[in-house]
Amino acid sequence: MGEELAKKIPIAIVEPLKIKKKIAKEVSIAIAEAVAQCRVDVISAYPITPQTHIVEHLAELVNNGELDAEYIPVESEHAAMSACIGASATGARTFTSTASQGLLFMYENLFIASAFRLPIVMVIANRSVSAPISIWNDHSDVMSMRDAGWITTFAENGQEAVDLVYHAYRVAEKALLPVAVNIDGFILSHVIEPIEFLDQELVDKYIPPLRMKYKLNPKRPITMGAIGVPEIYTEAKKAQDEALKASYKIIINAWREFEKLTGRRYQPVETYRMEDAEVALIIMGSLAETAMNAVDFLRERGKKVGLLRFRLWRPFPLKDFLKAIGKVKAIGVIDRAISHGATGGPVGIEVRSALYQSKKRPKVVNFIAGLSGRDVTVEDFVKLFEKTYEAMRKKTNFSYEIYGVKE
Amino acid sequence: MPKDEGLVSWKNLAPGMIILEAGNSVKFKTGDWRAFRPVLDKEKCIKCGLCYVFCPDLCYTKDEEGYYICNLYYCKGCGICAKNCPRQAITMVLEEEV
Repeated sequence: MGEELAKKIPIAIVEPLKIKKKIAKEVSIAIAEAVAQCRVDVISAYPITPQTHIVEHLAELVNNGELDAEYIPVESEHAAMSACIGASATGARTFTSTASQGLLFMYENLFIASAFRLPIVMVIANRSVSAPISIWNDHSDVMSMRDAGWITTFAENGQEAVDLVYHAYRVAEKALLPVAVNIDGFILSHVIEPIEFLDQELVDKYIPPLRMKYKLNPKRPITMGAIGVPEIYTEAKKAQDEALKASYKIIINAWREFEKLTGRRYQPVETYRMEDAEVALIIMGSLAETAMNAVDFLRERGKKVGLLRFRLWRPFPLKDFLKAIGKVKAIGVIDRAISHGATGGPVGIEVRSALYQSKKRPKVVNFIAGLSGRDVTVEDFVKLFEKTYEAMRKKTNFSYEIYGVKE
Repeated sequence: MPKDEGLVSWKNLAPGMIILEAGNSVKFKTGDWRAFRPVLDKEKCIKCGLCYVFCPDLCYTKDEEGYYICNLYYCKGCGICAKNCPRQAITMVLEEEV
């Protein structure tokens, strides 16, 4: 059928150089293949739903001799991150992947990985956190690690997930910081999409062999993980904080380089129909695709609405955000995690805090939606836009609303 | 880290606060934690060297006369030397009372 279709398309309108091969793949498999293309040396992971297919496929590639890497089948996520730290400290390119309870189980090691400045790359197939036990998607797992010092990005679709994996290695090894790439569990991890991979040649150009100046080497001994007495702990943390802030430029440059190689353009804050928008929603991850349909629907009806999405979450892209909001009068922030007892969801808190430093003061309303894989449909997004419009007319700000909860 | 040599700027720390120099803990003044100081009574001392053997911080070194002398730059005042001295030649004295 493809061939017949190709015959019908006049060749003249297709520029030969721009024909690119797209392959239908489950996003998890595509991620695993991108990781393999990045020529990882060590994979250390423990399978957990909905990340399983990623690490299973990597295990398969190693087993079949298609990938020359060490696959460490550890006994837990705590050990998975520990092994990544150990391997990365010797200068090996490492990968791990997890979700939900698994991420929480490796929690203490997340802080060590970033403080040691190790360029570990991790894909998190975002899933809600127990209890009640749930395997479905939301962002409560990754939001718990927002202070752990990792560069953190969120993908909207499979192509972006694959591209963010390439980007993660490029960035991690230049910034000497770990990178967490987030994909929505099931919504992305288990969906089949046409994916355009980079040619191996381009991957090798984009991600040159890892050369770490300081690494564990018996010939040139160094000490890692020494005690930080009160006289030096603050300085150590300041240095780490500055490194994370400085990674912003590396992140941007890596996306620019990527654009040169592939033509695919990425920026820290994605905008959709934000020009002249007066009301905007903010969301992260794959639900943005649904939200865009709601934007189109309302735009067709003359409403000036737009959408913002944080692709980069840490370091927080403050300037990009303030620029992206333009002249909106009201923002509805949709959080996919609860911060119990706080003044809002994690993204809501961040957005309000960012605006407090700015002259721009749009009304901010905060919704918590799509917990544990509950659908947020186009109709829901239209309602959320309506609620944001309503809030614009009200005097008081409310802290947050759990959208769609059954009363 | 060498806190005795003054504060180190965050700008001068190696990435990840790694330590490039082997054995640099000798620069670290552990002696300022001390509440009790070991005081040696040379009359009672038989130069057996048990204080030297038991000291967890390797503070003791032998002087020309054969006595074992505690280096107060490192001594944390744990009292293990005094406890193990077979002649009770070492007394732990409160720093303020020395």
